[in-house]
Amino acid sequence: MAEYLNIFTQVQVAGVPEMGMVEDVEVGNRTKTASYSTLMGWFGNAQLGPIYLGTFGVISLACGAIWFMIIGGWFWHVAGYNPAVFVRDLLWMSLEPPAPEWGLRIPPMGEGGLFLVAGFFFLISLWTWWLRTYLRAEALGMGKHVAWAFAAALWLVMVLGLIRPVLMGSWSEAVPYGIFPHLDWTNLFSLTYGNLFYNPFHALSIVFLYGSALLFAMHGGTILSVTRLGGDRELEQIVDRGTASERAALFWRWTMGFNATMEGIHRWAWWFAVLVPITGGIGILLTGTVVDNWYVWAQDHGYAPLN
Amino acid sequence: MALLSFERKYRVPGGTLIGGNLFDFWVGPFYVGVFGVTTLFFAVLGTMLIFYGAAMGPTWNPWLISINPPDISYGLAAAPLMQGGLWQIITLCAIGAFISWALREVEICRKLGIGLHVPIAFGVAIFAYITLVVARPILMGAWGYAFPYGIFSHLDWVSNTGYTYGNFHYNPAHMVAVTFFFTTTFALSLHGGLILSAANPGKGRVMKTPDHEDTFFRDLIGYSVGTLGIHRLGLLLALNAGFWSAICILISGTIWFDQWVDWWNWWLNLPIFANVHGGING
Repeated sequence: MAEYLNIFTQVQVAGVPEMGMVEDVEVGNRTKTASYSTLMGWFGNAQLGPIYLGTFGVISLACGAIWFMIIGGWFWHVAGYNPAVFVRDLLWMSLEPPAPEWGLRIPPMGEGGLFLVAGFFFLISLWTWWLRTYLRAEALGMGKHVAWAFAAALWLVMVLGLIRPVLMGSWSEAVPYGIFPHLDWTNLFSLTYGNLFYNPFHALSIVFLYGSALLFAMHGGTILSVTRLGGDRELEQIVDRGTASERAALFWRWTMGFNATMEGIHRWAWWFAVLVPITGGIGILLTGTVVDNWYVWAQDHGYAPLN
Repeated sequence: MALLSFERKYRVPGGTLIGGNLFDFWVGPFYVGVFGVTTLFFAVLGTMLIFYGAAMGPTWNPWLISINPPDISYGLAAAPLMQGGLWQIITLCAIGAFISWALREVEICRKLGIGLHVPIAFGVAIFAYITLVVARPILMGAWGYAFPYGIFSHLDWVSNTGYTYGNFHYNPAHMVAVTFFFTTTFALSLHGGLILSAANPGKGRVMKTPDHEDTFFRDLIGYSVGTLGIHRLGLLLALNAGFWSAICILISGTIWFDQWVDWWNWWLNLPIFANVHGGING
């Protein structure tokens, strides 16, 4: 039995690296070499590279690096340029948004201006990377499902750092850049608005988050269980159903009376995953703009006790 | 009825763990087996007890119905039905139903000649549930530390239990669990999106291949984990999300009793920088 569980690759075959499909890709922008990692090969593909270096990818990585270095540079400043302090306090460090009295104006660098500059580069980095996901799919003649899923995540990022602060009239509403500080922000956000667990969109978001973990455990487990029959060749199985697909489907049909198809399970997966940030973003956007206290709101709508 | 076009040839006897061919049959699309019978028994009994508890309780509002565990004062004893005894029996029913369901999955796997990944994965979820309602309460000495069965009442429990240990986000195992949950969802969106984008390239275009999948991801980030690897990755991430969630609550109140924010003091007290001035903690 154990040899069929297929939880790691027992025999690795290394040949000439696959340099990728061409279609409409400008191959000149693709790196020319690839290497192998035996370690990676135990788990997934052993091949590393090639990678496509397009204009938007380079802009994205550069802006992302600037965002990262601005935050790191500020931390370095807060540490008094002392490496011991930097390492010790790294998790506590924060690049904070401007204080409430600045509203939507731009304060001096040391009082939140730097936060806005970092946020600007973050914005550029994320959206150019979104263009990259779209354009790489288009060049290969593929659908844009990955790009639209990424857009769902960007919706949540935009709500947290841009849309909601603008609607609230203050940059101070944005999430600080820092490990513990962003956790403090999350905690305080819930306390300030009367227990976020009573925000129905927060509840939906968590349902889809847990549902995503459930779905991936179910799907990953199902496919691995039929890999000895070729079940991991999902695209082939979508158009030409084999015994792997049949057994995978029957497993769930016999277990719970219902089964997805080899294609349909990926629609379930995609929707569950994208609905996490979509519903979460709606919940954040309504908080403080439309609803001041979710517990009181729940009492008004009959799902929290009145006393 | 209820047979898929290819289903008949798979409906073979055998593969049962116990009971021989006694319950080796199907009802509609459902496989039965001994564990199907025990699942049904525990699930029906537990559900009826929940409705009984609701009928005895103060509300029929589905958001507010709650079957509560016994008061802390009962310790690990059996409580009277209306003082948490119902919760105790329902918990037994839930555990019985979950384990029966997992074993029924094992029988179905054996019947189909496929790996046991799904029942093993479900076992991790059962482990997390038992951690919450059995293991931690026993370690803390009272069933009252388990969570109540109700929609918003269990959220209140999460909130109250979390704040008992200060800001729960500082619990390192909670950090790991949340990171795994987000990463699982991220990976799921990428996998779902990638398969759909290859299978549905748009009107008038020919469906794409696994080579396109690999090429897309290598173009994008320089690495494609592959059609097999993504399912290993997804399963690993998802199981870790459940596992570390269980760990993060198991250690709260059993081996760590203070505010989780204070747990991090061991780091600040490392001799190499504990006495250095400046920064935030200096």
